[in-house]
Amino acid sequence: MTPAEIREEVLDILSDIAPDEDLSNLDDNVRFREQLELDSMDFLDIVMELRKRYRVQIPEDDYINLASMNTTVTYLEPLMKDIQREKV
Amino acid sequence: MYDTIIIGAGMSGLAAGIRLAYYEQRVCILERHYTIGGLNSFYRLRGRDYDVGLHALTNVTPKGTKTGPLARLLRQLRLKWDDFAIAPQLGSEIAFPSKRLKFDNNERTLRDEVAWVFPKEADNFDRLAREIIDYDDLSETHAGISAREVVSSIIRDPLLVEMIFCPLMYYGSARENDMDWGQFSIMFRSIFLEGLGRPAAGVRLILKHLVRKFRALGGELKLRSGVKRIITENGRATGVVLDNDEVLEARNVVSSAGWCETMRLCDDGQPVLNSRAPGQLTFCETIASLDAQPRDLGHDLTITFFNDHDKFAWQKPEELCDLRSGVICSPNNFAYDSPLDDCTIRITALANFDRWRALEEPNYRLEKLRWYDRICESAVRFVPDYRAHVTDTDMFTPTTIVRFSGHDNGAVYGAPEKQFDGRTHLNNLFICGTDQGFVGIIGSIISGISMANQHCLTRA
Ligand SMILES: Cc1cc2nc3c(=O)[nH]c(=O)nc-3n(C[C@H](O)[C@H](O)[C@H](O)COP(=O)(O)OP(=O)(O)OC[C@H]3O[C@@H](n4cnc5c(N)ncnc54)[C@H](O)[C@@H]3O)c2cc1C
Repeated sequence: MTPAEIREEVLDILSDIAPDEDLSNLDDNVRFREQLELDSMDFLDIVMELRKRYRVQIPEDDYINLASMNTTVTYLEPLMKDIQREKV
Repeated sequence: MYDTIIIGAGMSGLAAGIRLAYYEQRVCILERHYTIGGLNSFYRLRGRDYDVGLHALTNVTPKGTKTGPLARLLRQLRLKWDDFAIAPQLGSEIAFPSKRLKFDNNERTLRDEVAWVFPKEADNFDRLAREIIDYDDLSETHAGISAREVVSSIIRDPLLVEMIFCPLMYYGSARENDMDWGQFSIMFRSIFLEGLGRPAAGVRLILKHLVRKFRALGGELKLRSGVKRIITENGRATGVVLDNDEVLEARNVVSSAGWCETMRLCDDGQPVLNSRAPGQLTFCETIASLDAQPRDLGHDLTITFFNDHDKFAWQKPEELCDLRSGVICSPNNFAYDSPLDDCTIRITALANFDRWRALEEPNYRLEKLRWYDRICESAVRFVPDYRAHVTDTDMFTPTTIVRFSGHDNGAVYGAPEKQFDGRTHLNNLFICGTDQGFVGIIGSIISGISMANQHCLTRA
């Protein structure tokens, strides 16, 4: 997956977790926590969704990398570059 | 071999099951009863639908709210706000002999009422509201603090203190005459700062959504499948034995049966009774079907928490029931799109499990009739007398609660001491629901979710 595809996928996950959030104005540089009302349970869901969809395992110590869209995509890029995006 | 076996198909067990099944675990929920719901199930009697417990959901915030337990559980279970279609309360009341306080889902209402009825306490009440701890800041340290001490240090008028405690204890205190400060904060927030509401179709709608979701995700639900024993080996649970001697194996076991109840199931002789006192607080509930809408009889309040003297006693009664206080609820008095056809008034009163259990037929049935009348008589001191309009009645007692839920003493809010982290002496056995720490319908769903998340999701 390219970084752009990873971004799309993360957006898709976010819209799944928080269906009522408007994600069209998401600022990739700002922490999710500050833009969206996400709590620790929601962050766990981002991790679990990636595991469910792509078998990507994220150790607990790495959760901090999922702070904003940019840090998330940067962190996931090496883990997901050889994975094909599923058609949703 | 299951990834996780869950004991109990009440709110907490079903919620935990959904979380785990959603993330592709092999999950099996085992329920002793022939139906789901546990402490809050539903039934049909003489052509009418009844809920076992449901007066109101707590924590009701409007659609679109993104924080708080209700929003959180909907997200976690991938449910939509409209799935529950919760209608807000019309307005409720705390009624004591000399003073009454109204409240509704606008937190200002109670504040204004306090300022009106207890002018000297207005600022103190604001101070109390500011001291209330946020859900996410709660920790076990708050469990050791007496809420009575905290509240009495802020509010001067002892009557107001009693009036504040009355609804919060009725809807969530496992401890006699006091609450932990943490639990008080949760209940204050969920009732006075968030609010009360009810789906028009009652608790069955909530349970139907939960069970449908669980099954759609591939979860297995086995009814009439009581767990007789939890098999242990070297500090781990390896599986369970059912009442019919069938053995099921699992990597993790989550139990909503209660703390003492779960310890008793472990076959390693885990000391049970000395380790933790069981709860004592249980209820009788009367249900009256009416031939008219309660509001046409002059009763338009959703819930009335009443107490007939200035001190509120939250303890196991000496007699079969305590007639001094109670909760009167009309499921009709919520802001539905169209009025409910069935008209009902339900009353909850504190009851003594041992005394009810000691009764044998036909005395049990006789006492039920006698106390049904007494409870209603007690309640109509605080709401319009509806008794001439009653077309059918039902009543349940602490022994009914035991039959439906298996909880010791029929203790609706479980044991006073909670196990907030859900851990037990076995490293893959966890408890969820009532005795983990969160009570009520919304509370127990949150409990199931968070125990599944913390203990079973990341480890599978
Ligand atoms: C009369 C009454 C009125 C109430 N009113 C309200 C209200 O208005 N609003 C509100 O929010 N809450 C209310 N509650 C409280 C609410 O119903 C409970 O807090 C909540 O349902 C608890 O859910 P739980 O999953 O923790 O436990 P339970 O519902 O007790 O679930 C435990 C389940 O485990 C099963 N079980 C136990 N042992 C075994 C075993 N060995 N093997 C297999 N299965 C087993 C039981 O049969 C049960 O189904 C009320 C409760 C009562 C009794």
